[in-house]
Amino acid sequence: MTTTDIMTIALRPRVERRPIRRVLARPETGAFVAALAVLVFFSIYTNTFLTLPGAGVWLESASTFGIMAVAVALLMIGGEFDLSAGVMTGFTALIVGILTTQFGLNIWVAAVISLIVALAIGALNGYVVMRTGLPSFIVTLGTFFVLAGADLAVTKLLTGQVSIQGMAKVPNYDSIQPLFGSSITIGGGVFYVSVVWWIVVTAIATWVLLRTRAGNWIFAVGGALNSSRQVGVPVMKTKIGLFMTTAGAAWLVGMISLFRTSTVQANTGVGQEFIYIICAVVGGCLLTGGYGSAVGAALGALIYGMVFQGITFAQWDTNWLRTVLGAMLLLAVFLNHWVRRRASGGAQ
Amino acid sequence: MTSTEPKTRITILEVNNIGKSYGAVNALAGISTVVNAGQVTCVLGDNGAGKSTFIKILAGAHTPSEGQLLLDGEPVTFSSPRAALDRGIATVYQDLAVVPLMPVWRNFFLGSELTRGSGPFRRLDVKEMKRITLTELLNMGIDLRDVDQPIGTLSGGERQCVAIARAVYFGARVLILDEPTAALGVKQSGVVLRYIARARDRGLGVVFITHNPHHAFPVGDRFLLLNRGESIGDFEKSKITLGELTSLMAGGAELDSLTHELERELGADSPLVKELEAENQQAE
Repeated sequence: MTTTDIMTIALRPRVERRPIRRVLARPETGAFVAALAVLVFFSIYTNTFLTLPGAGVWLESASTFGIMAVAVALLMIGGEFDLSAGVMTGFTALIVGILTTQFGLNIWVAAVISLIVALAIGALNGYVVMRTGLPSFIVTLGTFFVLAGADLAVTKLLTGQVSIQGMAKVPNYDSIQPLFGSSITIGGGVFYVSVVWWIVVTAIATWVLLRTRAGNWIFAVGGALNSSRQVGVPVMKTKIGLFMTTAGAAWLVGMISLFRTSTVQANTGVGQEFIYIICAVVGGCLLTGGYGSAVGAALGALIYGMVFQGITFAQWDTNWLRTVLGAMLLLAVFLNHWVRRRASGGAQ
Repeated sequence: MTSTEPKTRITILEVNNIGKSYGAVNALAGISTVVNAGQVTCVLGDNGAGKSTFIKILAGAHTPSEGQLLLDGEPVTFSSPRAALDRGIATVYQDLAVVPLMPVWRNFFLGSELTRGSGPFRRLDVKEMKRITLTELLNMGIDLRDVDQPIGTLSGGERQCVAIARAVYFGARVLILDEPTAALGVKQSGVVLRYIARARDRGLGVVFITHNPHHAFPVGDRFLLLNRGESIGDFEKSKITLGELTSLMAGGAELDSLTHELERELGADSPLVKELEAENQQAE
């Protein structure tokens, strides 16, 4: 698989001088085409999808997945996975919820503590992966289960329930809420601030990836670890930084979900880790590392959000939701793959 | 391909009776040679002759158990490959330390990227890095139309040359090349040999490790022959012929007996036997 992937891409650049081909050869082009196809389909099939209220719904849905997908894409380009990314979104929100409602801590302080804990767990993930040389898939699967269990057990222990409610009554709630949970109404459509976060995160990630030394190192450690080490790339620092970035993004998403609804369930985020990976892959990331883009991952999340809400808009039996999602995502991956192959210079 | 006679021959690196043992096992013993500026020192030997132990000592990956290294006449010990690199001794290993999916220019500067601006606006100086990559490669005689292509799309010889050009640009005075022609075809090997000669002409001391005397002889100024961890000779080019080199490499007597053995099996008229005989005679 690795060889094929390298060949697919390796064949690509000879043709890059031609401008159209140059565009087609970008990792995010497949996702762009797929997103357009999904948009057109639901716009024609339903008459609410392409309205301001409709767009508000699917953009909101895509935004939190988008933030995570971009961070996970960086990590995947760096050659690692983080299965604890999903549960971490719930974990960070629960920390804030418990510290404020159970211990009466200032909400800003609680948010900062939550961020520090998240970053520490991210750093620990990275450190264990690098020190032991074990696959990150296994290490973070462990973290995932540890956190998922702790989320439920600790929440139940302290509150007697499996969720935290009444966040809105916490002092200073109104001072922090707008940062993560506010919205504006345009033409009947509700647009949340999370969409802005999503765009900002994507822009910063793209800048880092393509225009900084750190970005160079991310591609290098994912593409050829030993070579990177030989030329003096700080491999350990880069990888740990990537795990911390994913954890930091999970904190942001945790805050967004907490302050949008003012409640948090103990099982929030469980099962979403694979969706982030799917979004990143749809966006052109190689599972083997060393190749991909932040914009692509953001587009992958956009596709996911549009499909997710499009199904509801189309009033299909929602029991089919996952099946349709899976099929749509597979299709998008095939399309993405096909476009990439076309771009590799007239490959059949 | 003949080297331009240097007016004064400056010795950069001197290897003095060096040996390396791992516990009771002697991997290397009593090796001496010199690396001069603007000259190519070839290290020849079969598999297991001790070539890789030797270059690891030069590159700073191993410290010698006995003997010493003199850099510009001063005794040195390198604690790490980085320390050797900082003193201007660069090693290009067989895997070349490149990332196949990354563009040529990103590979060229990987780990030593140029930046502009400061603070959060510190960013890669993409334009300058592309320009330098292009000119440095041109100086080595490689004309890449597009330094944006992944280095994995270049031929083996070209990739080897990018790695050499990179070492030269980052201030190498001594360039150690670990079997650069081993995995290459005849034509590609020729290309690499030409770049070795170019690096030499730019005043670098080159250490060229190979098991192929036909690759070593045209570019080499000095030949160190290793066999089972020991030196079987350290010759200047004027003191040895290609035939002698080949014969020493194969072990003259061994080649003789091989010829006789094949003669029995294939008959004296076999082209292979004739070729071997000719080589034997040339050697004598």
